[in-house]
Amino acid sequence: MKLTVNGDTLTLDGNTIADLVAQLGLTGRRLAVEVNREIIPKSLHGDVALNEGDVVEIVHAIGGG
Amino acid sequence: MSDLLTIADKTYQSRLIIGTGKYKDFNETRDAIETSGAEMVTVAIRRTNIGQNADEENLLDYIPPEKYTILPNTAGCYTAEEAVRCCKLARELLDGHDLVKLEVLGDQKTLYPNIPHTLKAAQALIDDGFKVMVYTNDDPIVAKELEAMGCVAVMPLGSLIGSGLGILNPHYIQLIKEDANVPIIVDAGVGTASDAAFAMELGCDGVLLNSAIAHAGNPVLMASAMKKAIAAGRESFLAGRMPRKAYASASSPLEGISR
Repeated sequence: MKLTVNGDTLTLDGNTIADLVAQLGLTGRRLAVEVNREIIPKSLHGDVALNEGDVVEIVHAIGGG
Repeated sequence: MSDLLTIADKTYQSRLIIGTGKYKDFNETRDAIETSGAEMVTVAIRRTNIGQNADEENLLDYIPPEKYTILPNTAGCYTAEEAVRCCKLARELLDGHDLVKLEVLGDQKTLYPNIPHTLKAAQALIDDGFKVMVYTNDDPIVAKELEAMGCVAVMPLGSLIGSGLGILNPHYIQLIKEDANVPIIVDAGVGTASDAAFAMELGCDGVLLNSAIAHAGNPVLMASAMKKAIAAGRESFLAGRMPRKAYASASSPLEGISR
């Protein structure tokens, strides 16, 4: 399915957020994930299925003041 | 002497809060923070790079949340809505951590706080259970309002973010501190160690800075200087300075001089 992830179009080969995170090579990272502007807790990443056209944001901590 | 800073029921030995932006690399970030003695450090929340650098290092591996109080900021947010969303992402990212630095900016030229949006965001965050340390201007009335809403620390600017111009309005900072019942942290504007000491001599409870260390010629050495400046300024404030006088007052006895 096609998704928009951090502003870019991406084709996901799996179904869940965990699948997306794995496809991006980010499994185990400290991340927060939003789907269509709703935060999905880490504990649900393996359960929540994504849908065609979903808009996903994946964020992490960087240096800042 | 025990002289601890308490923010949201947690005590800190250090009154210096350090930002993690603008360093050469994560090693320098870590070394500067360690040298500064800071126990609380700010971070920003941004999109993760996807499709590249999958093995990219993570800031939080260098400043572990088990060791430091991580203070996620809302830098780059220009509306209350953006800032609230950013804080919620930070809370999820940091496993329910609810202490945040709220800053809602007015424009890119000054990064001056947008006060109407800051007040709106602070209320929404407090209602949602966040503990809010809030970046604001040096207006004593706004500071009082933010305290009354329930912000756990009020953080007036010394001067513009990243400007290094020092404490431009010490009188107003002092007015804010005089009436405050929550910690007052000077946030932004400190350029060098004497600025940090001066902020503490005004009676402020702490100083938050980033560029003054990160953009120093030798950041780790400046981190050491800041640690000492904060401690010296604090002791100087607690000791109470001598009164200013218009004319000289000899320090050596005037009697018994050989003539």
